[in-house]
Amino acid sequence: MSAAAAARKLPGSLETNRALDLWLSINADGTVTVRPGKVEIGQGILTALVQIVAEELDVAIERIRLVAAATTLSPNEGITSGSRSIQESGIALRFAAAEVRELLISRAAEKLGVSVEQLSVTDGVVSARTGGSVTYWELADDALLRRNATGEALPKTAAEYSLIGRAIERVDIPFKVKGDPVYVHDLDLPGMLHARVVRPAAPAMRLADVDWAEVQKMPGVVKVVRDGSFLCVVADREEQAIRASRRLSRLAQWQRAGALPASADPRYLLESQTEDEVISAKGEGAPANGLRTLSAEYSRPHIAHASLGPSCAVAECRDGRYTLWTHSQGIFPLRADLAVALDVPEADIAVLHMEGAGCYGHNGADDVACDAMLLARAVPGRPIRVQWMREDEFAWEPYGSPMVVRMQAALDAQGRIASWTHDLWSHGHSTRPGGKGGVNLLAAWHLAQPLKAARPGNPPLPAGGSHRNAIPLYEFPRQRVTNHLVREAPLRSSALRSLGAHANVFAIESFMDELALIVDADPVEFRLRHLKDTRARAVIEKVAQMAAWRPKEQGDAEHGRGLGFARYKNLGCYIAVIVEVSIAESVRVERAWSAVDVGQVINPDGVINQIEGGIVQTISWTLKERVGYDSEGVTTLNWHDYPILTFNEVPDIDVVLIDRPELPPLGAGEGTQGPTAAAIGNACYNAMKVRLRDMPFTRERLISALVA
Amino acid sequence: MSLVLHVNGESHDVAAEPETPLLYVLRNDLKLKGARYGCGLGQCGACTVIVDGKAVQSCDVPVSAVVGRSITTIEGIGTSDRLHPLQRAFIREQAAQCGYCVSGIIMSAKALLDANPKATDGEIRTALSGNLCRCGTHTRMLKAIRSVASGAE
Ligand code: FES
Ligand code: FES
Repeated sequence: MSAAAAARKLPGSLETNRALDLWLSINADGTVTVRPGKVEIGQGILTALVQIVAEELDVAIERIRLVAAATTLSPNEGITSGSRSIQESGIALRFAAAEVRELLISRAAEKLGVSVEQLSVTDGVVSARTGGSVTYWELADDALLRRNATGEALPKTAAEYSLIGRAIERVDIPFKVKGDPVYVHDLDLPGMLHARVVRPAAPAMRLADVDWAEVQKMPGVVKVVRDGSFLCVVADREEQAIRASRRLSRLAQWQRAGALPASADPRYLLESQTEDEVISAKGEGAPANGLRTLSAEYSRPHIAHASLGPSCAVAECRDGRYTLWTHSQGIFPLRADLAVALDVPEADIAVLHMEGAGCYGHNGADDVACDAMLLARAVPGRPIRVQWMREDEFAWEPYGSPMVVRMQAALDAQGRIASWTHDLWSHGHSTRPGGKGGVNLLAAWHLAQPLKAARPGNPPLPAGGSHRNAIPLYEFPRQRVTNHLVREAPLRSSALRSLGAHANVFAIESFMDELALIVDADPVEFRLRHLKDTRARAVIEKVAQMAAWRPKEQGDAEHGRGLGFARYKNLGCYIAVIVEVSIAESVRVERAWSAVDVGQVINPDGVINQIEGGIVQTISWTLKERVGYDSEGVTTLNWHDYPILTFNEVPDIDVVLIDRPELPPLGAGEGTQGPTAAAIGNACYNAMKVRLRDMPFTRERLISALVA
Repeated sequence: MSLVLHVNGESHDVAAEPETPLLYVLRNDLKLKGARYGCGLGQCGACTVIVDGKAVQSCDVPVSAVVGRSITTIEGIGTSDRLHPLQRAFIREQAAQCGYCVSGIIMSAKALLDANPKATDGEIRTALSGNLCRCGTHTRMLKAIRSVASGAE
């Protein structure tokens, strides 16, 4: 490899993981092994990666064998999040596979005694135009891929694709409909024990005392483990562990070491200490006098990830070496934090990924992994399975941060926005493991020798965390966007699907409708008035066409429709959503339409599935969801306390993809949250002529808005 | 204590306390992992199985209550080469994201269609009112179930 090639920046995660054989192997048995560092979290990513490799190598999809990520064998691709998997893993695999194909072809040319141009590949069989052929499976040996990628082999162009862009069935679904044991929850190892953790009623509580003698005598109990305020019980059988943990919980005496804010209203943020940063400032001076101005304040509460399956992990310690099975989104960062928490070298911890229930961000997966590791250390020699109970997950997962957004604008005589300010208050949006200066694992903070949490992070711009999508894509002559970051959080908060984009886009797009109303403009036209980006315009026009939007259409008191739009992170997919709501006792979304531009589409059905799911989940967040707490602790501990959208409330959804095969592919998992929330608020106004600015739009909020 | 359970057409001797929730016996004694723990409170349906033709939340039933009754789990409704029509429909509609809810939802749908093969959309939604899906895959699942109910599958 030339020095120039060594220095060259490689695409996606290939940059930091250059060895080709880390990503792929060509096997003598006619299969191809693919080892992505990204993990399946229900988004169908692995199928898209299989599709990319099969395409570039020219082999049938059935030949691809996927290996789940493990610290022992996979490229380190950090965390699977932010809709970045296609950009990072997909692009890396695309270039790696293209390069492997080139290596195989040049070897075939040698073998067949022809030039490379004479060769074509069909399902791994390399044939010369003049006759003669040889297969990949004959050509490959270990040495062939034992080299670093150069990034010089060019992947196919869009015109050459035969697999990409087609709706390929997901590789995991057949196993899931059969009920096969595919999740870490289902792992069942010989000699495995079951454990449950006993946690206090609120974060700021310490275990003062517990006399567990009677628990130790309960059937099946193997061991009660206490380290500071970390209290667990290990038993032979799962139900024995649960029963014992309930008894233990009654015996434990906790001491309060601080209280939560007395109310769960997100406006406590406005009174908190902030770090302020102006993240966008444009235009000189103040707008001319006499312009019409408007201001408004929007909010969202703490929102739970609320995975359907509470977090689970299995760990085992043998001779001081650990094996951990986890559904963490980031096995390498998790290992780094675990090494500190347990004070063992990283090399002595093997972390193997297995699927969990959909997580939508940072849930309890990493924390329960730490619980399992601490228990594996306490009861060495046997695998320990720990699953959180439903109430553990609701009480202890790191929630999506509450947010408050204040908007202000002035309109000129032509009905254009002359100035725009956006002020947002939020906690940081990442307390994932792998942070600097501390350990981000719940149990580690409760040990007798507690470790410090890392300082809460907030992913930087341009993608942003709390300020994700705070800078408008619309073009205004004057604007000022300020991020008021509240570092200290009463309840732990971390990455939830779309981070700050949900509340920022909700505020921007609600406010756009409020402004359009002042100048008697149609919401579609008013947006286009301020938008130059052609792809942005295209999705808005498309969704208006799909929904047969009528300019300035008005709802009646019971029905209304509304629009929302955003380009996710201002650099990802473009999504416009229209919803139709009905208003009776509560708000109900009856239909939804969405136009989506994710650049090049790898698997159209996979993208549509993500968009539909994103819309349904956002309807649920926007209409129903709010983590409740009082000064004593979290009060929403099960599905009755924290209801989500049900089968009876789910609308029909139409999705249209605007395929752009010539443009880079973009993730789709998080683009709908902001636009959908805003579309619902706008549709409610369209129906009732009452503006809902505080999520969720519950029945109580609806009634108080109507009587106000 | 030893109990005899009839699961998927076979009899099993199980050594468990009578008050043990059926879910843990299925998963840990019989190694049938398709019924899953979601809440343990009868609120989410992830653990749904069929007992004597009725959809039952196995987290909420003591094992002693189902002795001598006919229990069907997701593993018992089809085989890899002969999937149940609902399973085929779920694949065709790609009706899963994470899939954690799927076996419970298929079992609720099966109990409904066994009793009411031509169930309407409204009846299907009502039958699924005890099943949650956090990924938002509802519309695809409804489509898959409707296709079986209408005889298209
Ligand atoms: S686990 Fe049985 S209903 Fe939730
Ligand atoms: S597919 Fe994930 S919970 Fe339903």
